[in-house]
Amino acid sequence: MAQTFPLEGEAPSQQSGFLRNYWRGLAVALVVALLALLGWGLQAQAGDPVEAGAAPDFSLTTFEGETITLSELKGQVVIINFWASWCPPCREEAPYLEATWRKYKDQGVVFLGVDYVDAKPNALAYLDEFDITYPNGPDIAQRIAKAYRIKGVPETFYIDKRGQVRGVQIGPLYPPTLDDKIDELLAD
Amino acid sequence: MRVKPMKSLLTMVIVLLAAGIILAALASVQPVKAQNPVSDDEVNAVAKQLYCPVCENTPLDVCPTQACKDWREMIRQQLIQGWTEEQVKDYFVANYGPRVLAQPPAKGFSALVWVLPVIGLAGGGLLLWQLLRRWQHRPPAAGSDFSLIAGPRSCSRGRDPARSGVTGPAPGPPW
Amino acid sequence: MINDFGFISLALSGLASLYAIYAALCGRDDLTGPWLASARRAVLTGFGLLTVAILSVVYNLVSGDFQVNYAYQTSAIAMPTFLKVTALWGGQEGSILFWTWLMSAFTAAVMVRKWDRDRALMPWVIVVAVGTLLFFQVVSMFIANPFERLWFVGEEVVQSVWQPAQGLPAIPGDGQGLNPLLRHPGMIGHPPTLYLGFVGFVIPYAFAMAALITGQANDAAWIQTTRRWTLVAWLFLSIGLILGGRWAYDVLGWGGYWGWDPVENASFMPWLTGTAFLHSAMIQEKRGMLKVWNMILIILTYSLVMFGTFITRSGVISSVHSFAQSAIGPAFFAFISVTFLASLWLLLTRLKTLKSDHELDALLSRESIFLLQNWLFLGITFATFWGTIFPMISELFTGEKITVGPPFYNKVNGPLFAGLVLTMGIAPLFAWRKQSAVRLGRQLWLPFGLALIIGLGLLLTGIYDLLALFGYWLVAFVGLTILWEFGKGIRARMKHGENPGVALGRLFARNRRRYGGYVVHLGVVMMALGVVGTNFFQQETQGMLAPGESLQLDRYTLTYETLRRYEQEGGDRQVTEATVSLYREGQFLKTLRPHKDFFVSSGQPLSNPAVLSRPGEDVYVLLVAWEEVGLTGSTFKIYLNPLVNWIWLGGLVLIAGTLLAAWPERQAVISWVEARSPALGVPAK
Repeated sequence: MAQTFPLEGEAPSQQSGFLRNYWRGLAVALVVALLALLGWGLQAQAGDPVEAGAAPDFSLTTFEGETITLSELKGQVVIINFWASWCPPCREEAPYLEATWRKYKDQGVVFLGVDYVDAKPNALAYLDEFDITYPNGPDIAQRIAKAYRIKGVPETFYIDKRGQVRGVQIGPLYPPTLDDKIDELLAD
Repeated sequence: MRVKPMKSLLTMVIVLLAAGIILAALASVQPVKAQNPVSDDEVNAVAKQLYCPVCENTPLDVCPTQACKDWREMIRQQLIQGWTEEQVKDYFVANYGPRVLAQPPAKGFSALVWVLPVIGLAGGGLLLWQLLRRWQHRPPAAGSDFSLIAGPRSCSRGRDPARSGVTGPAPGPPW
Repeated sequence: MINDFGFISLALSGLASLYAIYAALCGRDDLTGPWLASARRAVLTGFGLLTVAILSVVYNLVSGDFQVNYAYQTSAIAMPTFLKVTALWGGQEGSILFWTWLMSAFTAAVMVRKWDRDRALMPWVIVVAVGTLLFFQVVSMFIANPFERLWFVGEEVVQSVWQPAQGLPAIPGDGQGLNPLLRHPGMIGHPPTLYLGFVGFVIPYAFAMAALITGQANDAAWIQTTRRWTLVAWLFLSIGLILGGRWAYDVLGWGGYWGWDPVENASFMPWLTGTAFLHSAMIQEKRGMLKVWNMILIILTYSLVMFGTFITRSGVISSVHSFAQSAIGPAFFAFISVTFLASLWLLLTRLKTLKSDHELDALLSRESIFLLQNWLFLGITFATFWGTIFPMISELFTGEKITVGPPFYNKVNGPLFAGLVLTMGIAPLFAWRKQSAVRLGRQLWLPFGLALIIGLGLLLTGIYDLLALFGYWLVAFVGLTILWEFGKGIRARMKHGENPGVALGRLFARNRRRYGGYVVHLGVVMMALGVVGTNFFQQETQGMLAPGESLQLDRYTLTYETLRRYEQEGGDRQVTEATVSLYREGQFLKTLRPHKDFFVSSGQPLSNPAVLSRPGEDVYVLLVAWEEVGLTGSTFKIYLNPLVNWIWLGGLVLIAGTLLAAWPERQAVISWVEARSPALGVPAK
């Protein structure tokens, strides 16, 4: 900027002169960009669990070493249950889940247990304690949890025969909720 | 006759050696201590660098939940097996994601967290430097005269506060 | 009944706010006319109504009306009465209403003050302050309502103020009670003082916006007028932060006082910009410079205050303070965005009206060092802000959330804080306009050298950490510099024949602002000492002990004696208490009783450390775990926190200094009383 010697009687205006138009524009643009970024981020965090639409596909490697892919289960009703060994409400619904599994396992229903942020020994002990026989595997790096946007555990997702999500249960399941839902999806 | 002392000497040596070996073996079998072979402090030293995978913003060494206690036990078992600190941390990251580290890694996208404050500070510093230089362009003589002529308000501030020693507010109501 | 009454009062106060804004706008050109007077009355009426609303919430809590959802969530029969009152700010809805009430109180106080030269600002001050108030009232009425009751509609439980169709009252037998973590004196004082700080900063902001709108921003009048408001707000915010730290230290059980938690950061940032503003405003008052910059600072402070309230209340970035998520998030976000952009737009369009009265005369001057200090403050604010939102940003762009914790903040903010402490020490020695480097050197060499000797002494005692030594040197240097200033002042007065004590008193009487400021700086130095001690030299150890066994840390030995369990609060609080004996180098010091409590009703555990405090260090003992069967072994954790009590002590000194600096001059009080003497019934002098 040219060095101007201010005339007598004229107050210096360095500050307003300095903030030329493009600096102002830049400042506003930055602020708007920041707000947009914040808004986007906050909104992304506020998403609810997947309740409808195509069920996000995933592969789960069970504790026994078997790999199951969701898309290969089309034609069957799939119940995806997110749990963790440190989660007390999960323990409440565990017997009910296992009992329902045993009831429906030969009718074209698959139960998948997804272990969320857990330690293997604790998980195996939990499965042992409730004598759970349906496939369970750890959710490595929480990929599946993020895909289904779970907010916590336990959460149970109902997938119909065409691979569509048909609802979610947030919190523990009590009889006869799961039985009714499976009957509904089997009759579809 | 000479063989006998040699024989007894040999026997003595063998006995002593055997005793020595047995004693050494006994000594290495420590009585079970209340403390674990890997101390709590060693576990905490690693746990300090990690955050609880479940509860938000809680370091793993102080997290009071049962899950965290189990994770610390897991770290202890890993340390007993001879894992290094790095291996334990890598294991946690592989299973629970990078958010389990207390300090964001300095590579990839996370590098931005370190870089931006430096850029911001430098940018601010540059701005300040420019401002100071711009304001300082006049020779001192013209400056002091000028400021008295400049505007009506400066006359009311004509008194140099640093000299008079009174720096209270202009008289007026406290509120 | 009272609940309904309270809600109606709240709704009416909202209407009063709307009317006040309308009336103020109508009367903006006729400053002595009826509209403005009416607006003023509306503000005062609104305050009265909100007081009724607040009192009815407190009544619900104290009387245990558990059909009211807020009372059910935060109160309980067994709680002592004073704790029930504090439940007012123990939950989301109550704390929002409390914030609203405080805002209303401050706005009412502003209405009551004497407006003369700045009467032109009044309509706009009302619009801005009451506008903020109105936002909170709307949130309180429609999003986070403390007056909602619980009703059974069929099988479901519904929340509503009025009885819904086919609804039957759902009245729980007892409330859930206050979260045990909140039952601590620090937690009782922390939210109110923090809110007072937040709300207090809205007033200077309102004046600043009013000055911009009326084209009077070139005058320093708005800064002078709001100087005490700023100081009071700053004081409360400082107290709030210190109390929060103290609470964390006492109750959270990790031996520390500040975790760079998102919520801590969110309330720290307005303090940073507020402190920068406090200092930078002095430049505008004295030299008529930095007018635009002060506007930017106060706008930033206001937005950060709202951001802080947003983060704390909406649970959006979860932490120790997490409340349930709700619609409050988007509402706050919209409000912050709109007000921030509007303020910026206002400033940018009025830029031409802000002209600096003076230039910078020299690179070495108080003005330039204040600018340096501002740069450091803003640097810390930016780094803290970035670190707070980065986990969210990282998740947005990479799908992975990362944790930004103390290691980051220590590395980035540490050096900046050191720079600030240094600047704080030498800035008072800088003259306005131009400071000769030679004179500066002459004044500084003695404290500099003395501090160096102290540093060397510490090195000889075995401290080899260079950073720690630098920290100690810094604290000594700045501390000595400040004491030197006092010494110079006392010496100058002693030339008049006064003894040192009287001289000191006269210094404060004649120059409250300056010497009060020095006391505040001294407080900061003391806190810095505590920070250096705990940051660099904290030690910890943990171990499992059978009764009779000992744990060793540095010179201290902790011997485990017994463990006992008992119940309090009618069985709700199950206490497991260990008795331990603390020895230092073989000598018995004290019996400590760390305990861990479990609250049955909320399922919440609470760790209570036993702390032996001395000026040199704290011995902080935690009962971590115990064997359930047989109670044969218990795990203890000991922290040694060197110099930590200097933080709390420094905080007290800081508060004292602020009070000294803000106290009205005797002459000012006399003038104030005289001006009002007819109204007060005192005969005019």
